[in-house]
Amino acid sequence: MATIAQLEQELFAKNFKIDIRPGDTVRVHVRIKEGDKARTQIFEGTVIALKRGGPRTTITVRKVSHGMGVERIFPLFSPWLEKVEVTGRHKVRRAKLYYLRGLSGKAARLKPIRGWRPPTDQSAADKPKRRRKGRRRRERLAAKHGAE
Amino acid sequence: MANEMMGLLGRKVGMSQMYDSNDNLFGVTIVDVSGNTVLAVRSEDGNDGYNAIQLGIDEQKEARVNQPDMGNFRKAGVSPRKFVREVRLSKDAASGYAIGQDIGAADVFAADAWVDVIGTSKGRGFAGVMKRHNFAGFIRSHGTHEYFRHGGSIGTRLTPGHVLKGKKMPGQYGNKRNTVQNLKLIKVDAERGLLYIRGGVPGPNGGYVMVRKAIKKS
Repeated sequence: MATIAQLEQELFAKNFKIDIRPGDTVRVHVRIKEGDKARTQIFEGTVIALKRGGPRTTITVRKVSHGMGVERIFPLFSPWLEKVEVTGRHKVRRAKLYYLRGLSGKAARLKPIRGWRPPTDQSAADKPKRRRKGRRRRERLAAKHGAE
Repeated sequence: MANEMMGLLGRKVGMSQMYDSNDNLFGVTIVDVSGNTVLAVRSEDGNDGYNAIQLGIDEQKEARVNQPDMGNFRKAGVSPRKFVREVRLSKDAASGYAIGQDIGAADVFAADAWVDVIGTSKGRGFAGVMKRHNFAGFIRSHGTHEYFRHGGSIGTRLTPGHVLKGKKMPGQYGNKRNTVQNLKLIKVDAERGLLYIRGGVPGPNGGYVMVRKAIKKS
């Protein structure tokens, strides 16, 4: 008998790999339909929860808008989402950052991970890193022998 | 009118989510209805006095079947089945089926149809009033002791002098036949005999259910 996990794989036929963690700052591009017009709105905030479940994975994004805390839960693989950009990553010690709800101002800051850079191009990030060892030497030699 | 209220037996595989044409998310239950076999055809003309077909699903070890049931399977010439139920039909519809016939999902159901699902709800045992009837219980402070999850008073004094009928009290909760009506059939996977039904269905994953065409909607 088929299991739910198998069926979900087929149903969505998609890779469910994600590179989003609690504590990330994300820009979620949400498509909004108004009548027959569609536009994109960006919701930027901190990921305070990542609930994994293959195609059912959701993130909870929290931001403070005009002094009021706002949280939205996004199904990550919803057609409404055009893309989710990760713009910052922070050092956090727990998986669910619900404690941020009780904090405000300076106390609600997270410590960024030093040296972390947002992925520039997703496809480039997936490629294996090229070995650079001895490249310069090879180039130098090639230049020398080529000149001779 | 070949299958007016025709139904099939199935096993609940589990629940997942799908997106509709407006990209909205909704929950689906997946029910596996493969392996339905007709074990008997009842007719009002014979000794039965009513029209129905008897369906069986899932093979069972012979050692686990009692003698009366075994007799039934032998008569039909079918290997023993775990789950056996009858579906009441009109005379014409019932006579269209033959003993030993296998019925697939696509023979009965098509996408976008309305269905009822009959199953046995998850058993919760002997449950108190908070779980069983959603009573609020009592405040935990101000001196309450040994009374946190009680139901409170069950009536008045001399008038009427007895507890009203139907008073909600603790007792067995779940493990009871339940019907959910008017669920939308989203998709039929004829090859594997899977039905994708919008909404929830009684019982645990792997539990047996009967899926039937909706009585109140066509």
